[in-house]
Amino acid sequence: MSEIQLWTTIFIVLSFGVYIYIAWRSRVNETESFYVAKHGVPTVANGAAIAADWMSAASFISMAGLLAFLGSDGSVYLMGWTGGYVLLAMLIAPYLRKWGKYTVPEFVGERYNETVRTVAAAAAIIISFTYVVGQMNGGGIVFSRFLGIGLTGGVLIAAGVIFIYAVLGGMKGITWTQVAQYTVLIVAYLIPAVAVAQQVTGFPIPQVSFGTILDELNAIGTEMGLQEYTQAFAQQPMIDMFLVTLALMIGTAGLPHVIIRFYTTRTVRGSRHSAFWALLFIAILYTTAPAVGAFTKLNLLEGVKGTAVDALPQWISNWSTTGLVSIKEGAETINSVSNDPAVGADLTINNDILVLASPEIAGLPAPIIGLVAAGGMAAALSTAAGLLLVISSSVSHDFYFRRIRKHADDHERLLVGRIAMGLAVVVAIVAGINPPAFVAEVVAFAFGMAASSFFPAIVLGIFWKRCNAKGAAAGIVVGLGFTITYMIWTLDVFGTTANDYILGISPQGIGAVGAAVNFIVAIIVSKLTSPPPKHIEEMVENMRYPAVTAQSGARTAPGSESAGRPEGGES
Amino acid sequence: MTHSKYDGHSPPEGDWRREYWRKNLRLMVILLSIWFIVSFGCGILFVEQLNKIEIVGFPLGFWFAQQGSIYAFLVLILIYALRMDRLDDEYGVSERNGDGERL
Repeated sequence: MSEIQLWTTIFIVLSFGVYIYIAWRSRVNETESFYVAKHGVPTVANGAAIAADWMSAASFISMAGLLAFLGSDGSVYLMGWTGGYVLLAMLIAPYLRKWGKYTVPEFVGERYNETVRTVAAAAAIIISFTYVVGQMNGGGIVFSRFLGIGLTGGVLIAAGVIFIYAVLGGMKGITWTQVAQYTVLIVAYLIPAVAVAQQVTGFPIPQVSFGTILDELNAIGTEMGLQEYTQAFAQQPMIDMFLVTLALMIGTAGLPHVIIRFYTTRTVRGSRHSAFWALLFIAILYTTAPAVGAFTKLNLLEGVKGTAVDALPQWISNWSTTGLVSIKEGAETINSVSNDPAVGADLTINNDILVLASPEIAGLPAPIIGLVAAGGMAAALSTAAGLLLVISSSVSHDFYFRRIRKHADDHERLLVGRIAMGLAVVVAIVAGINPPAFVAEVVAFAFGMAASSFFPAIVLGIFWKRCNAKGAAAGIVVGLGFTITYMIWTLDVFGTTANDYILGISPQGIGAVGAAVNFIVAIIVSKLTSPPPKHIEEMVENMRYPAVTAQSGARTAPGSESAGRPEGGES
Repeated sequence: MTHSKYDGHSPPEGDWRREYWRKNLRLMVILLSIWFIVSFGCGILFVEQLNKIEIVGFPLGFWFAQQGSIYAFLVLILIYALRMDRLDDEYGVSERNGDGERL
């Protein structure tokens, strides 16, 4: 066992031990704890849990690498995946927390009708499922590179750990393990980033110091056949950058596994403040990522530029066994680098390895490499667990009890919730080991689907009392249909042929247009049909005020008492 | 006291609700305009013009797209949360327990 393997094993075993211990401490025995942690999670902890839930294997493992190769155009991911929290904090989170139940489809169902609820539950399951498969795979990559266990074994171990704490503790167990996972992943991300910043520039704050190497990076990049790092619109036209950013933001605000996290806070106020803490914790990683991308790329290019193939740094041969790094046959010295095999550069590097390999590229010691591996695992596990909870709650809460067993007691609900979670884990294992071919294509577009379906229905439901069930349903069907049609038109999934982009809009950006279509259709159809019943208008009215006192003569919204918190204490 | 704001004004019942909601919406629109300007404005639409200005090595548009907009988002949410706390108190709709302490 090499030194790297030893340290990786130590860090992964230690962190897994902590997660299981926390799960045991926070095991639950009632439905409300299982789904929403009894609305009792403190604000800062909830923020950290949201951050861990949100930052997936893709954020941790792939994003900096993506930025390194996309340069300025990679900004769509930075802005898109953080800007959505502004929308969440102002347009969605506080209102859904006031309403106060378990799932996103449940809100849509109560606000509109049961048909919309069923459609929403199906959409929540599909979106979450495609996402989970990516996480399982990300975990598998970490295991196969650092521990030599192989993808199957890696996925099984990861799923086993998730199974233990998710089934045992539900939302409560997941939330507290996510707090621990956030700590692991952020420490694992920052230590190498700070070390590399110090090494390259002599100033340890990567967010500030990566500015000083941009000129150098522009110069060496062009020599190696890449475009200038800070050049805007080098790969995507402005309109597409705009739409992709917007689609990612709206999609973030519409993703069910993110929205339900705001249900777990104690108060409406708590949900607003949670959004702040969540984005703060996310921003620590997201502002570091572009620096990691820039430093690693510079180190990488300087390390291989003009070097003979047999004199390349050690990390290249370490990683070439995973197939994620390859050298062009017949190349003698490295004069060009690319992340795209189709370019045929002397050295081809997959985006996904840059973060995991960055300590090796910079020549940092083995314990740091092990720590990064544990961080990658933490990112994958925390997101997968949150997604599995959405799948389980949608299956049990929105389908089974809504359609089949309407009068189950709390004990049965909890049991079915656990069984659904167990089944979801099994499906995730199978799909993680043999990812269906279309998943990799579809996962990137989950945002577009969430943007064009959930977001408009929820926002209109809160801000426009006149919006009715027919309008919302028509909006979702047309918006989502439009988005998926364009995706199929431009991508070669399901055996169709890919067509050219219309107006330079990529399938990732179409979700923004789909959301606009959804809004327009929902408004027109609502206007043409009869307004929603009186009690729905009252429900919407009541969502708008955190607590309504007895003196103001208002009734509390039906169901809001279920949260078990005192209302209108001032009276 | 519920809505101290109205002491001495005695407004028609129910009007405070519309006023609270309107203030909430106004705050939201202002903050979302800034949200749009820093991200879509500085980071995308005017990125090329801003890139001609350079600060500690960063072309300014590039800095907004990869750093500045994220900091701005954070500040916007903080302002929103704090202003809404104040607005809730002003209109007596903040969540408090029996002793009048924040939950």
